[in-house]
Order: sequence, then C-alpha cells, then structure tokens
Amino acid sequence: MDAIFLQVLNGLDKGGAYALIALGLTLVFGTLGVVNFAHGALFMLGAFCAVTLNNVFNISYERISETEKDFLGNPLKEQVPILQDWVGPDVAAFLIDWSVPLSIILAVIAMAIIGVAMERGLIKHFYKRPHADQILVTFGLAIVLQEIIRHYFGANPIPQPAPDAFSGAANVGALVGLGSNVIYPWWRLVYFLFSAMVIFGVFAFLRFTTFGMVVRAGMQDRETVGLLGINIERRFTIVFGLAAVVAGMAGAMYTPILPPDYHMGMNFLVLSFVVVVVGGMGSLEGAVLAGFLLGILQSFASMTEVKAILPGIDQIIIYLVAVIVLLTLPRGLMGRRGIAED
Amino acid sequence: MKFHNPNRRAILKYGAATGAASLATPYFFSRGAFAQSNNYRNAPTGSTVTLGFNVPQTGAYADEGADELRAYELAVEHINAGGGGMLDTFSSSALRDAGGGINGKRVEFVTGDTQTKSDAARASAKRMIENDGAIMITGGSSSGVAIAVQSLCQEAGVIFMSGLTHSNDTTGKDRRANGFRHFFNTEMSGAALGPILQKNYGDNRKVYHLTADYTWGWSQQGSMEKYTQPYGWETVANVMTPVGAGDFSQYITPVLSSDADTLILNHYGGDMVNSLTQAVQFGLRDKQVNGRDFTIIVPLYSRLMAQGAGDAVKGIYGSTNWHWSLQDEASQAFVRSFGEKYGFPPSQAAHTCYCQAILYADAAQRAGTFQPSVLGAALEDFEFDGLGNGPVLYRAGDHQCFKDVLVVKGKENPTSKFDLLEVVEVTPRAQVEYPADMLGGELGPYNDGV
Repeated sequence: MDAIFLQVLNGLDKGGAYALIALGLTLVFGTLGVVNFAHGALFMLGAFCAVTLNNVFNISYERISETEKDFLGNPLKEQVPILQDWVGPDVAAFLIDWSVPLSIILAVIAMAIIGVAMERGLIKHFYKRPHADQILVTFGLAIVLQEIIRHYFGANPIPQPAPDAFSGAANVGALVGLGSNVIYPWWRLVYFLFSAMVIFGVFAFLRFTTFGMVVRAGMQDRETVGLLGINIERRFTIVFGLAAVVAGMAGAMYTPILPPDYHMGMNFLVLSFVVVVVGGMGSLEGAVLAGFLLGILQSFASMTEVKAILPGIDQIIIYLVAVIVLLTLPRGLMGRRGIAED
Repeated sequence: MKFHNPNRRAILKYGAATGAASLATPYFFSRGAFAQSNNYRNAPTGSTVTLGFNVPQTGAYADEGADELRAYELAVEHINAGGGGMLDTFSSSALRDAGGGINGKRVEFVTGDTQTKSDAARASAKRMIENDGAIMITGGSSSGVAIAVQSLCQEAGVIFMSGLTHSNDTTGKDRRANGFRHFFNTEMSGAALGPILQKNYGDNRKVYHLTADYTWGWSQQGSMEKYTQPYGWETVANVMTPVGAGDFSQYITPVLSSDADTLILNHYGGDMVNSLTQAVQFGLRDKQVNGRDFTIIVPLYSRLMAQGAGDAVKGIYGSTNWHWSLQDEASQAFVRSFGEKYGFPPSQAAHTCYCQAILYADAAQRAGTFQPSVLGAALEDFEFDGLGNGPVLYRAGDHQCFKDVLVVKGKENPTSKFDLLEVVEVTPRAQVEYPADMLGGELGPYNDGV
C-alpha cells in the first residue's frame, strides 16, 4: 500500500508538469489552430527565468580574504554578493534562498512579453498555412531559442535549490495513516499544489470571465464571433501570451526538481504532445486528465515489480497508451468532433 | 667510318637493363621518404603533428568533458615546452631530453564533441582522422563512447588513448590492440571498495541497485555485487535507469517501500548528481531500516560530481582514480600548473587525460615514430612513476594501467567548494590486480592504417 501511495504521489507531481505544458499547448491549438512545437522551449525559458534571477541576486565583487587560503595556498578571493551591501546580509540571504518562488514574478512578465512578441512577430503569419508549415517554423524557433540559451548559459544543467524551508522531506505517511516509509520531498508537494492552482486558475479565467467566454466561443466558431464585431485576433494574442506564461511558470517552479539545461524543453515537448493527443486535441480538460494519468502510469511502470515482468516498460508506457487510446478512441479521451479533422 | 651493327640479342639485353634501371631508380632514391610518410595512417610530413581530442562538450558528462579539454591543452603546452606540470616529475625523461615537441614536431590539436553519444563520437573522431589528419584520438567520458571510438580507431589505424572510461569491457571483452586505458575500471573499484564497505557497514546488508542502462552501468553493478556478496550483501533489486533520465524520483520511490537498507547508485556525471540529490531529498540518508542506518554508496566518484551534488555527498563512500588533495610531488605539480592556469583544481577526468597525452607523447618519442604498432609496443609493459598514482604498469596483455585505487568519502565539514572528498584509503595495486584473460576479449593485431 505504501508503495502504491508513493507512486501515485510521484505520478501527480510528474503529471502536474505534463498537464501544465499540455494545457498551454492545447489552448493555443484550440484557439489559434496552431501546432506550436516551440511550446517546450517556453517551458525551458521559464526555467531560465529562475536561473537568471538567481544569477542577478548573486552578482558579486571579489574581496581578498585576510584569513582564508585557496587550494593553491594563495589568499582566497571571496565572492561577495552586491545585494548584501545594498539590503544587508539577512535580506540578501533570504532573497537568494527564495529566488525560485520569486522568479515566478519575473517569469510572468518575461513570458507574457515573449509570448505576445512571438505571436505577433511570427505565429500570426502562419494561421492559414498548413500544419506542416506551422510545425516546421515553430520547431525551428525552438532550436533557435535553445541555442541562444546554450550560448549564454552553457550546456550543463544549473542546479537551483528550493528554499531551505522546503528542502527536506515530509512524513506524508503519518498524515494519511500509512507507514513511516511514506516520505516525500516538500518541494514536490509544493509543485503539485502549484500546478493544481494554476490549472484551476486557467479554467476559472476561461469559465467565469467575459474574456474567457469570448475565447471559448472563438474556439467553437471563430468566424461567427468575428462577425459579432469582436476583435477575436487580439484576444487570441492574449491567449498565446497566457499559454506562454503558464509554461514559463511551470518551468521556473520545476527547477529545484530538475536542474535546467537548454534542452529540457525538448524532452518535455514530445511527452506533452502525446499528452495532448491522448487527452484529445483542443480539449483543456482532456490535457489535464491525460497529463496526470500518464504521469501516474509512468510512475507505476517504473516499479521494480512491474519492470521485473516487463523490462523497459517505463520507457515506452506513455507511447503504448497513446497507441491504444488512438486505436480505440481516435479523438483522444475527451476530444471534440471537428478538431484536427479535415 | 665503321658502324657497329647491334644484333637483336644485344638490343634486348641493354634494353632490359635500361628498363630495370629506370624502374628501380625512383624507388631507390625515394625509398627512405616513402617509408617515413606512407607506411602508417596520417604520418606527419611537416613540422607539426596533430592530435584529436574527442570529449563530451554537451550532454550528461559535459562537465567532465570541459575539464578533459583543459587538461589536454595544458598537456600540449607542456609537451611543446619540454617541461612543466607532471612532465617534470614523470619517470621517463624522453620528452624533457627532446626539449619540446614529439620527434622534433610541434604538437597541434583539433577537438570534437562526442555529445556522450556513440554515433556522434564516432562521427567526430572520423572527421578528425580523415579531414584533420589526427594521428591519435583521445578523450571521452563514457564507456559506451570509448568502446565505439576505440573500435573506429582500430579500423582506421590510429592509436586511441581513452579518457574517462570505467567499464571492464573497454580493456576486457571489447579491448583492441590500438586502444590503451590509463583510467581504472569497475573490477578495481569493486575490489577496493568491498572490504572498506564491510568494515564500515558490516555484513548481511540488503542492497538496492539503480544502474545506468549501458555497458558501464552493467559492469559497475556486476563488480559491486561480486565484491560485496562474500560479506553476505544481498541484492534486493537491480533497476536499470536510462542515461540522462533527469528525474529519478520514479525509481527512488520504490526504494522507500522496499526492505533494502543500502542503495548503490551505479550512475555517473549529471545522472549521479541528480539521482544522489534526489535520493537525499527523499530522506534516504536519514532513514532507518530494521534498526540499521540506511546507506547510500556511489562506486565511482569525481570532485565535479561532488560539487554538483553539494551537501548530498556528505559521508557517502566511493572510489576514484585520482584526487587533487594527494600530497605526492607529481599530484601537487599538476594541481599547481592546472590551478594557476584555470583557477580551480583538476578533476580525475582531467588527470587521466593529461596522463594519456603525456604517455602517448613519451611513447612516440621513445619509439622514434608515431607508427601505431611501434609506438604501441613502447607502451606495452611500460612501468612508470611520477604521474600522481605511484608506480604504474601499462600491461601488455590488455593495454590496461594498474595502479593504487583511492577509496574516498564525502567530507562532513568541507573547508572550500573544492574540498569535498576525503581519501579514506589508498588500496594497493596488488589488491586490485587480476589476470589479463579474466575479462575475456582479444587485442588482435595492431592496425597501422595502410
């Protein structure tokens, strides 16, 4: 029972990331009809917002230590963050410690700008082009963004620690009446809660606001909404920005779980596309459901007992499920008629 | 005036002699030059010789690759200068006596990115051999890559001086005559670690292995099992994990609910940093199972990995080929020259690559040629000292170096960001030696590439 509970928890935090990326992906597809292969790169850019903020907080000047020596026996050149002189050592230490959660603010601003610029500058020219063109141009854009990040940040993963307050593990077993073996890292629990909140926020925004109502109407019938005198194009630009912001926030918060590198977006992109297809192209609920479902399945497939019977199943389970779902439900779990069907 | 009328016999005789002389003349006059330039692949003809440094500049082992490249550049500097760093402490004086360069030629180099992928590594090695005229290929930070490139070099007819490759197979079942390894292997790690682990953690432990799913991982897991089984250590599970998995949580959660009291992470590079960090995040280091403290072991350590994993390495045992804190004259000379150039101490990857470049250059200088078969013979059963590992033998039977092995532990109270590992024991060479035919494989003949 402990093992099953742990794998469910593991699947939920993994699924949270899949769902957040897939949500933006399917939102863009449902509204703009664009297959955005650069969406993984937006997740990666969000992660690098966390790295950037941490780097900014750690901009330092050199001070020669009077007491300490370096490994060659020379006086040690200490790195002192400038922030420490500006706001005092306590506040500086707090800001550096909490740089990952604080980077959400940077991610929201930066990703909104990047998202809108991307849509206005490139994507809008491909609305009426075939999906193959859209895939090629967005895939190319993803590679360009990747290489820019690689140029400035290098190829290696850059660890971003969670705040000290969340760096340990929670005794979840004691909370739910299971054994003491059921312990789980605090930050992963935080990530799951965070992804649930963002998903709820996006749904609430689309469900309970006029803007959301127009967007949903546009998803159903773009032409009719335009005929009503509503500037649907402008709203869709905002939707693209929103999808970029969701991906960016997901990336920033994921950095303590997986040290970000320039390639992390590509790794998630492929899985997220499978999530979107399994959930049903253009279905927001489907993307979220499939994200969590596939996260949990992947987690269970990694169990020792399962791998003993089916070695390597953890590597293919997601694709296997995608094949089965598409064979039995061609529109995906919650796909709607008419989407991606010519 | 009387003309001598030549007869048919005389014409044939003189004609045959003239023809034979004219055919023989070019060969007679040019034989020496032909032998110098064409009887082995990429024989240098000018005043320079080109070495190919094939290291991972991207991917899971990119940190090691960057350090390897720094070490090679330093080695080239020292070879061309005829001294500096460990070249001054090396027991063979051939390069110092030569006064710079190898066989009178200045060393130049080209680089390639293995991307920690066998196909990419082979492509970059091929490019360096065919387009850049590299006479030797060296580097790499993965056994899968090393074996693939070693095999390519054997086919191409150039020497391969492997970088960081720890699988038994490199000089075991996949050994090749043109390939040479300075780094130790999983067999030696296991032999060195086994007794230390028993001494510190006792008998009859239940072990959960997480193993990188490629040649090195399998080899490392097998060796750890072999050398801990005599103490009653039982393998509860051995789970294969993909290289570059990033998030290992799905493999770590089953450990929590198993009855294992020991986790052996057969991971290296970025994978090891992630898996160890995540194992500690999941509370495994503080866990108790059946009244015993849970133990994590990392059989192959490096300072770069320790740096990436941070506090997670504290108190965790492993083995290493070399460590910058060694106090012998050679190690200190290397640390000083590397540290002054780059501002931080070298890793074990840097050390082994530096040694390989020096050993190759020295063998070529002693042999008086870069011809693989002749140069290789100069390396075989070569005994040397002064490269930071004490007395070392380059065994002829498998082209594997034999030297002392360091057992290390993550330091509880590091004094700097580099001071992360402490040497617990120097396991003597005799304890880690094994017969040359134990791991199988055949070297086969040398290939000079013609």
